[in-house]
Amino acid sequence: MIMSSATNNSIAHSPKPVGSQASRRRTVWQRIQQNKALTIGCGLLLFIIVIAIFAPLFSPFDPYVQDLAYRTVPPVWFEKGTWLHPLGTDQLGRDYLSRLFYGARISLLIGISVACISGLIGTTMGMLAGYFGGRADMLVSFLVTTRLSMPVILVALATVAIIGSSLWVVILVLGLLKWDRFAVVMRSATQQVRSMEYVAAAQSAGASTFRILMTEVLPNVMPQLIVIATLEAASAILLEAALSFLGLGVQPPLPSWGLMISEAKAYMFFSFWLIAIPGTALAILIFAINLAGDGLHQLFSPDERA
Amino acid sequence: MIGYLFKRLGLALLVALTVSIIAYLLLHLTGDPAVALAGEGASDADIAMVRQTYGFDRPLLVQYGDWLWQIIRGDLGTSVYFKTAVAPLVFSKLETTLLLAVYSLGVALVISIPLGVLAALYKNSWIDRLCLAIAVLGQALPNFFFALILIMLFSISWRMLPVSGSGTWQHFVMPAIALGYYVAPAFMRLIRAGMIEVLGADYIRTARAKGLSPSTVIFKHALRNAIVPVVALAAVQLGFLLGGSVVIETIFALDGLGYLAYQSITFKDFPVTQIIVLLLSVIYILLTLASDIANAWLDPRIRVA
Repeated sequence: MIMSSATNNSIAHSPKPVGSQASRRRTVWQRIQQNKALTIGCGLLLFIIVIAIFAPLFSPFDPYVQDLAYRTVPPVWFEKGTWLHPLGTDQLGRDYLSRLFYGARISLLIGISVACISGLIGTTMGMLAGYFGGRADMLVSFLVTTRLSMPVILVALATVAIIGSSLWVVILVLGLLKWDRFAVVMRSATQQVRSMEYVAAAQSAGASTFRILMTEVLPNVMPQLIVIATLEAASAILLEAALSFLGLGVQPPLPSWGLMISEAKAYMFFSFWLIAIPGTALAILIFAINLAGDGLHQLFSPDERA
Repeated sequence: MIGYLFKRLGLALLVALTVSIIAYLLLHLTGDPAVALAGEGASDADIAMVRQTYGFDRPLLVQYGDWLWQIIRGDLGTSVYFKTAVAPLVFSKLETTLLLAVYSLGVALVISIPLGVLAALYKNSWIDRLCLAIAVLGQALPNFFFALILIMLFSISWRMLPVSGSGTWQHFVMPAIALGYYVAPAFMRLIRAGMIEVLGADYIRTARAKGLSPSTVIFKHALRNAIVPVVALAAVQLGFLLGGSVVIETIFALDGLGYLAYQSITFKDFPVTQIIVLLLSVIYILLTLASDIANAWLDPRIRVA
């Protein structure tokens, strides 16, 4: 929200000397703290990550163990709820809180892996197109146009149905489909960096193209890359949830949040919380990632406030 | 202009051709499409029969050429599950999906234009923050979850709207809201940013100095200019809505292309799936083509470059 004038924005490269290394680090830290979107988003995200990592420690029960004597027990805030199962149990008597905790692992795994795969593909394409221009640029633009014209959900659904659905297939298919935004943004970012003097300096020093791309271009397009990666991770998590909801994503008994909603659909009339709990969890996770992404965007580009 | 038109048209054709190759190859992902089509537990004889009826024993290039030639001639093949020709099946569902997409776009614009304008007028105030919160919620809420919440409220608690089906306009209300709210944030951000930029322009100051009423300035002078990029986004989002309606149509059993696509995928009726993927892509290509040509016509700078 509050933007200081002296920044170390890696693209703008402000020539002002910013004093010692220590005080510079302090200004960056201050800006992070003043950035509410970033602090709240990252805080929430960190909370979810900790839960996901330590799911076995926090979970009161095994998320796969069924207890048919305790089916669809409502959460504790309902009259019939019990502290034994704070968020109740599902239609097979599995502890919902434990399933929710383990589900965070799946969503985060999907988000991170898909962003890595599609980020690698899209960044490579975008950087090559932006750096070389000409034919390479035309080819990449064509590939992006083609990819954008195909309906992602439909192609993902069909592919998963043909290959057979599993967690890894979903990750791979989404990763191979969602590189378009990386390519578009990295292309224009690289175009900007290419005309910088330090790139010309590296070229005249005889550095190889690969070296220039890795050591001169990539570090300077990193801010945009990180912002896109957060947005794409969020979108991948939503897509996985939608695929699992339709029964063509992660397969039972894995506790994917989308799958939990799908399995609870038949019980929604009497036990809507079975849907509301994983649905809210998904919304909070996406909210946290988007907020962190917005905050990072503000942090990296303080000048273009809209 | 003519040169640009031809170049743009050529690109559209090339993209459509590439999409058709991908749509065709979808079936061949596992290596043997006959196994995928025959389904689980099919005997070797069944698989061999499927392979022969569909001509999978021929070279891939010949198969693709044959498939494409038939489509160009208007023969979209036969559905394995519904046992009817694909063309009438698909086109009979197209209207529902197009209607849903247009309604959703309408919902998105009805939400985003007033909120975007308000947010821009009261920049950085609590109104701006409230609008931002509505946008952020729209982006974070999975649309199938939102759809189920709508069903719970409007159909089960208040008994106002039908849960599923596609007979009347009432059947479209909840699907259109669920889809529209999901795409509204993108429009809102664009309108807000555009309005802020336009409101700072000289001609707005002139209009105000002339003594025009604030509403005339905002709606006649500012919004008109801020809304130009919205048209391009609308074309792109319409394409997204057509493809993205799979989940929503399935939840509401709205008998459109998305629901048919879902059915064809679950019934392993891949010839239908291929045609739907191809059709939706072609519609998207045509939409962006139309929007690009409209833009070039409006803005001479584009068609010269």
